[in-house]
Amino acid sequence: MIHYLDNTATTPLCQEAIFRMTEYMKSDFGNPSSLHLLGINASVKLEKCRGEIADKLGCDKNEIYFTSCGSESNNTAIFGAVKAKRRDGNRIVTTATEHHSVLNCMEQLEKDGFEVIYLTPDEKGKISEEKIFSAVTKETILVSIMAVNNETGAVNPVECIKRAVKNAGSQALIHIDGVQAFGKTDLSPLKNGADLITVSAHKIHGPKGIGALYIKKGVRILPLILGGGQEKGLRSGTESTLLIEGFAGAASALPNQKKAAEQVAELNRYLREKLSEIDGVTVNSPDDGLPYILNFSCEGIRSETMLHHLERSGVFVSSGSACAKGEKSHVLRSMGLSDKRIDSAIRVSFSRFSTKDDIDALVSGIKDGFNKLTRSKR
Amino acid sequence: MKEVILIKNGEIVLKGLNRSSFEDVMIKNLRHALKPYGSATIKKAQSTIYIEPSDDQFDFDRALIRVSRVFGIAAFSRALECEKTMDAIIENGVPYLKEALENARTFKVEAKRADKRFPVKSPDIAAEMGGKLLEAYPHLKVDVKNPQIVVNVEIRDFGAYVHAGQIPGAGGMPTGTGGKAAILISGGIDSPVAAYMMAKRGIELTAIHFASPPYTSLRAEMKVKELLGKVAGYCGSIKLAIVPFTEIQEEISKNCPEEYFTLIMRRFMMKISDKLARNNNCHALITGESVGQVASQTIYALAVTDNVCTMPVFRPCIGMDKEEIVQISRKIDTFDISVQPYEDCCTVFTPKHPRTRPTIEAVQEAESPLDFDQLIDRAISGVTYEWIN
Repeated sequence: MIHYLDNTATTPLCQEAIFRMTEYMKSDFGNPSSLHLLGINASVKLEKCRGEIADKLGCDKNEIYFTSCGSESNNTAIFGAVKAKRRDGNRIVTTATEHHSVLNCMEQLEKDGFEVIYLTPDEKGKISEEKIFSAVTKETILVSIMAVNNETGAVNPVECIKRAVKNAGSQALIHIDGVQAFGKTDLSPLKNGADLITVSAHKIHGPKGIGALYIKKGVRILPLILGGGQEKGLRSGTESTLLIEGFAGAASALPNQKKAAEQVAELNRYLREKLSEIDGVTVNSPDDGLPYILNFSCEGIRSETMLHHLERSGVFVSSGSACAKGEKSHVLRSMGLSDKRIDSAIRVSFSRFSTKDDIDALVSGIKDGFNKLTRSKR
Repeated sequence: MKEVILIKNGEIVLKGLNRSSFEDVMIKNLRHALKPYGSATIKKAQSTIYIEPSDDQFDFDRALIRVSRVFGIAAFSRALECEKTMDAIIENGVPYLKEALENARTFKVEAKRADKRFPVKSPDIAAEMGGKLLEAYPHLKVDVKNPQIVVNVEIRDFGAYVHAGQIPGAGGMPTGTGGKAAILISGGIDSPVAAYMMAKRGIELTAIHFASPPYTSLRAEMKVKELLGKVAGYCGSIKLAIVPFTEIQEEISKNCPEEYFTLIMRRFMMKISDKLARNNNCHALITGESVGQVASQTIYALAVTDNVCTMPVFRPCIGMDKEEIVQISRKIDTFDISVQPYEDCCTVFTPKHPRTRPTIEAVQEAESPLDFDQLIDRAISGVTYEWIN
């Protein structure tokens, strides 16, 4: 029996995505840019998919640009915005808890002479409105903040960025990394006022290798990949029609956000309750975070050890973020947690398909681990 | 046009009456190594091994790379084979050398007449060939002292050979001529280097890896296999034994003083390896240890770990600096794999202040609560084997 509780790393394909991709593989292969009928068929389907994804995000279909993944969307948004705005100023505001596909871009921009402000979170991983307001100045050209943190589930107050930018009289573009938020909480640009939003298919039960970037109508950023001018010149390269079909299938299958969130919140509460009965467990996630993610530390047992112990009983979790393979979590560190707590952190992440059974298996695995595993002496 | 690979043996030539048996092992190794690249005849004559592709399906470029990693070869060259007449040598040899000479400025020709029935003497062969090459490639100058390219014309029993110089081989002794030994491999930088160094001396390897799930990850095991694959690229297939080690580590942690933990663990590893090596017809153990690198690698600690072994322990890295070891690991392409961040032996079990000057008596006292034999037997009964190519 598999208890997959690492849905922040990736999710299994949902039936709708599988079905639509399978049908597509059997019927279509045309290049959407071809002038002939096969090309037209492909482009009609492609535009339909674009519309389905736009619907879920709450934007116009022409504001969706396909990329190869969330990392590419983040890179495109950041470098594209900075290239377009570089004459307006030199200051960029982001946070210390971003994904590496944002942080490593920022590091590069620092080398190129930009001033990058990294906002630090409180001890629960959240960035405060005040910090955002005081960091954004007139010279700021880009504010890039994630909607939901992938390691802790902390929800950042991204709606206040727009006001902060206005207050400062700045022309800054607003980028929101919405990879973990998409489909789970309201990410609508009409609500949060973002100019750029990153989303990815494989976190919502779609295929890997396809992402999208929302670019608000009228906002101009420069492309990273040049070529045949696909995606209105913003991202050249023949569109991955098959994966886009799967992306759209997954997006259109997303259930009512509120209902799904309530159901997951129930699981989250249940897990917290069970964990509170185990001696040595400390929850690192905020109480008001996204219910889909729960991060906690198991005193004296290293993350990787617990992770491998749990996998023996079919429970799959993560130690920090999957992309950082074995390195200490920069997110937990920025929250000021002790090394002991960082080294023993476990991240559990649910999907709408998670069940109480999964949690029971997890909890009994953790209890068993505390009984059997040799504790670290440091 | 017929191309061949000419191979000059290394140290083997220093052997006496048993030289031919060394050569036979090398031919067997070459045959095995070149199998994936197509069919070829391999023969020896006049202290040279000839590799002749049977048809044009033979993947010459990749075969040459593989040959450069076969132990026992001092140097090799990619050569043109032609009829033993001056006309044929010039007619075919001059265009054959185009690629090598086009980008060179200076050259010289060396001729060797092993077949004395050939009517032209070596200096005359060289002079005639040199003249024709100057005619064909007028940008060239002759430089007999320090030429960029040395064109070789060799008149041998089977034919005449033309090539643009020798490429250094992997050196060492043919794999299998030095007997069999077992390498303790962790996944770090040193042990693959130690494995390579001993394999280079003709030793056939069996590898032993200790796995402690859930304290170590399956990825650590995958990493070890990838590392051994690189070494196998030189010495051929390696048999890998994976030893379940979790119980032993947990028992030591529970029952023994912390500062002796690593030492006792090392003693278990050596003792298990000693037994496994014997079971697999090995006659020595190999480790990647280097004096002073970590606490368990002081001479006192090494003495304590060697104390449980019945066979010799080879430590080819023992006197090397880390940087020197890293250099070899880069050469054999294992460095980038070794530095991947998967823990091979979880730090849960490393003491804060390990003993650096242990005595055998003190260690024996520290490990006395453990039932050595029983733990070792259980670990050995759980060993799984796998071949790494």
